[in-house]
Amino acid sequence: MILLWLIVIPLLGGLAAWLLDRKKSEATRWISLAALSVDAILLILFWPAAPSPFATSHGAWLIELNTSWIPQLGISLHLAVDGLSLTLIALTLFLGIVSVLCSWTEIRERVGFFHLNLLWILSGILGVFMALDLFLFYFFWELMLVPMYFLINIWGHENRVYASYKFFIFTQAGGLLMLLSIIGLYFIHGRETGVYTFDYALLLGTALSSKAAFWIMLGFLIAFIVKLPVVPFHPWLPDAHTEAPTAGSVVLAGLLLKTGAYGLLRFVLPLFPAAAASIGPVMLVLAVIGIIYGAVLAFAQTDLKRLVAYTSVSHMGFVLLGVFAMTAPSLSGAVMQMVAHGISTGALFIIVGMLQERMHTRNMDRMGGLWSSAPRLAGAGLVFALASLGLPGFGNFVAEFLVLVGSFPAHRIITAAAATGLVLAAIYSLWIVQRAFHGAAKGGTTLRDLTARETGMMAILIIAILWLGLYPHSVIKTTEPALKSISSFLSPQVEAGSGGGK
Amino acid sequence: MNDLLFLMPALPFAGFVILALTGRRLSKMTVALVGTGSVGISALLAVGAAIEFIVRPPQNHAFPQTLWSWIQVSGYSQTVSFMLDPLSLVMVLVVTVVGFLIHLYSTEFMLEDEGYSRFFAYMNLFVGSMLTLVLADNLLLLYLGWEGVGLCSYLLIGFWYRDPVNGRAARKAFVVTRTGDTAMALGLFLLFTNFGTFNIQALMEAASKQWPAGSGTAAFAAALLLGGALGKSAQLPLQVWLPDAMAGPTPVSALIHAATMVTAGVYLIARTHVLFELAPMVQSAVAIIGAATLLVAGFSAIAQRDIKRVLAYSTISQIGYMFLALGVGAWSAAMFHFMTHAFFKALLFLGAGVVILAQHEEHDMFKMGGLRKKLPAVFWTFLIGAASLSALPLVTAGFYSKDLILWKTWSSASGGSLLWAAGLLGAFITSIYTFRMVFVTFFGESKMELSHRPGARMLVPLAILAFLSIAGGFVETPGTIGNITLFSNFLRPVFNEQTAEGAGTELLLQVTASIVSLAGIFAAYYFFLRKPQTAGNLVQRAPIAAIQRFWFMGFGFDWLYERLFINPFLWIARINKNDFIDSGYTGIAALNRGLHAVLSKTQTGNIRWYAMGIALGAVLFLGIVLLL
Repeated sequence: MILLWLIVIPLLGGLAAWLLDRKKSEATRWISLAALSVDAILLILFWPAAPSPFATSHGAWLIELNTSWIPQLGISLHLAVDGLSLTLIALTLFLGIVSVLCSWTEIRERVGFFHLNLLWILSGILGVFMALDLFLFYFFWELMLVPMYFLINIWGHENRVYASYKFFIFTQAGGLLMLLSIIGLYFIHGRETGVYTFDYALLLGTALSSKAAFWIMLGFLIAFIVKLPVVPFHPWLPDAHTEAPTAGSVVLAGLLLKTGAYGLLRFVLPLFPAAAASIGPVMLVLAVIGIIYGAVLAFAQTDLKRLVAYTSVSHMGFVLLGVFAMTAPSLSGAVMQMVAHGISTGALFIIVGMLQERMHTRNMDRMGGLWSSAPRLAGAGLVFALASLGLPGFGNFVAEFLVLVGSFPAHRIITAAAATGLVLAAIYSLWIVQRAFHGAAKGGTTLRDLTARETGMMAILIIAILWLGLYPHSVIKTTEPALKSISSFLSPQVEAGSGGGK
Repeated sequence: MNDLLFLMPALPFAGFVILALTGRRLSKMTVALVGTGSVGISALLAVGAAIEFIVRPPQNHAFPQTLWSWIQVSGYSQTVSFMLDPLSLVMVLVVTVVGFLIHLYSTEFMLEDEGYSRFFAYMNLFVGSMLTLVLADNLLLLYLGWEGVGLCSYLLIGFWYRDPVNGRAARKAFVVTRTGDTAMALGLFLLFTNFGTFNIQALMEAASKQWPAGSGTAAFAAALLLGGALGKSAQLPLQVWLPDAMAGPTPVSALIHAATMVTAGVYLIARTHVLFELAPMVQSAVAIIGAATLLVAGFSAIAQRDIKRVLAYSTISQIGYMFLALGVGAWSAAMFHFMTHAFFKALLFLGAGVVILAQHEEHDMFKMGGLRKKLPAVFWTFLIGAASLSALPLVTAGFYSKDLILWKTWSSASGGSLLWAAGLLGAFITSIYTFRMVFVTFFGESKMELSHRPGARMLVPLAILAFLSIAGGFVETPGTIGNITLFSNFLRPVFNEQTAEGAGTELLLQVTASIVSLAGIFAAYYFFLRKPQTAGNLVQRAPIAAIQRFWFMGFGFDWLYERLFINPFLWIARINKNDFIDSGYTGIAALNRGLHAVLSKTQTGNIRWYAMGIALGAVLFLGIVLLL
């Protein structure tokens, strides 16, 4: 039941926040914070109770809830978590709390409705990370989409309407293809076994002709790589990230992109191992293109927020590379990248938000020299720029390193090309530092440095990213059994590809 | 004492954390105490460890220490662990002792700077990272230190961040070295793929067992590691960042861009020398690159006017000597020159710092002059450093280390007379540019009033480094002069080198090198002190002026790279700023809008149009039906 509570508490918290808004808007922030904190406490209370070391054989989960919902159609309320879901749920709650905190002074209109949307997105994301019924999964997939549309459309910046449409159309088109694939899989499985079900565990072993498997896989794949996003499906991202309010950008970059990667790991690889392997080379090439293309585009931007948005395209290339290299280190690296990027890019968006709140601009031409007037803000900016360029000591380094070391044995040229991303990341990250924080102060205005709330927020994020870099073991250990069970479906490919470590 | 190994890097790191978090609220006195004290205690620990190491050598001449488990993936586990062996001990001693002296010097040099605590925070972070680099027992932790020192280099080059020029120099340094680092990272992957470990000792043992000498994979791995070394140590073709790195405060140039960080590449190759021995082609490339670099940088140094740029090119050139030594398998000679170079080059930079501070922040030597009388203590110590750099025979440390390299180059199987001749020519150039700098800066007539007189905290480090620049050489003297082999004996457990025979040739070569060194000093004296007009007239002539310009711009590497890499990158970034893939999608949207506009035009409200439309449609439909 704990799983259901994790999802329901933010839903209720959001409703409560919305209703309370008429009386006292300040209370809505506290309600939202309380709802997410209760969730986080539940998770922490559960954590030590989990079997160590999170070992789950295929088919067994750490916690599972499975009750029938619409038995006529074979739809059940099937929620379960393994180490992978657990890690991403922890990330969701962490960034959820951070995004409530970072909206504290930024959002002043329709505060209650804002928090309703924010918490409902988080519920949807939590659901996505838990759902083991494809129908339910699709439901949560849509649940996170609609409130996000409102978040961008109502509280966004200048070009918010265009950005929200674009976001909606791209992800909805992907989602539609996934729906077709889900239905296709449902009927094929039903026709062959006589059991019509949306249950993940039952669908896992479905015998598919290689042609059918390929097309059905493609539907899932496109939905997920639009979300990730992979070049050339990325154009929604810079607009959505740039125009969204800070909390929206944090949730988009930190969590929503990860649902795409999670989908690849949870569904595409185990359900269609052969088809996924056959399209693997294409994905690897797209990953490298994404890494380089995103980095070059990031460098070209003058809008700081847009720059950070494009870096996500580059960083997610490493996730795609890790997933489709399909070796144990590369899969661990992909997950590490999901977590580390969530924190580092989330933090960068918060920093951009704080700059915009103070300077009313995101244009780097009008920034510069912030180091003298706001050293704490600039210091935090420097730290996360360095994390973003993959400096050892930060979580992002461990992630990119594991991905590269895992993909190197079987794909040397691809890995070498991807490694140029490390140089390009240095170029754009240091460019941010130069344009925003160094140089001479423009306009002679002094900037307010971080408040106590902001300092605390940044301190927590910095500790988290350093923790991931110096003791990544905590994440790797938690997710490893889950990744092992995922790659057990791919065993022939993994055996062939894991030259490292022998 | 050895059990406290982890404290050596931990103390400077702690200093960094304290200064970074609370530095702005601390008094300058406290900042100086924390910043200098942490490095000072590390230096004491290092000296203690060295004494213990010599008195009671640990098993296998290596003391390992494991701290915690870092990364664990599917059966492979990487720990954060250190190893102290003779090689790392030499590095640790130089880094902490020279580092401490430079910190002490900086407490006065940076006194008027508003970023006092930020400066010491970065410097402490640097020392901690550098110690991590040299103490790491595995390549992954070494890489962490490697990137860490690169970061500190970036932060300190751009320390005076208000001027965008400094920021540009800092970014250039970081990006150029990172290009090399990326090659190095691929080298790590290659080694890991083959042997399943990053542990340096295990890697070297496995490599020498499994790879035959001349193996292609070994050559590939060595070449990739070499890429990292070239970037960090500013060797051809990645040397372009170091002259610009002089934008940082002078103590930074002394510590990072002369004594320690830039020699990390030398350390890396020495550390993995087994691998390079398996790849003779790559090792020869190291020697050739070293020889070419020492000449290119030496010639460039002659043409500079900025005193710090002279020293920067000189550093590139001297590291070229170290690479030459590595390339001919003279591992301990390379480390010996690393040590003496750390002493005399730090000394020269610190001396130059005093001069710059005393001359209203002027860097151009030709606007200075006559400082011999005004800053006598600085003059004498600077002169000692210059003599050591020029390898003044018999009395200076630089003579013994450079002589050893030249002799090994001559006598080694992989060396030869051509490489030796390059080294000899380099020695001649070195004497010229060094004493040109001395004569122009300290002799002649005074052109400026003093703006600052150095205090004890600046002069004491100068004196100690001057002492080391002379005495440091007597730990290793050639067979012809004393035959002391303390240094190479100490390093023997690591390198296991053979000593070359042939005392007669050795003496002859020594005399040649000594004459060349003195001749260079005389040439400098003749052209820059005795008859400066001659040099002036010479430079007036067109071809010589062109050569001088070419040397001045460092053989045009920056010019070339700007056209080859920077401009194309900027061009691509600029033309694709709005993401041409996006225009594909907006194209779809525009097409839909266009079609919508065309179709909505047909909705005219005119009944005749509608009737005609129906009629034409009917005819078309009937036609299709009839024809098919």
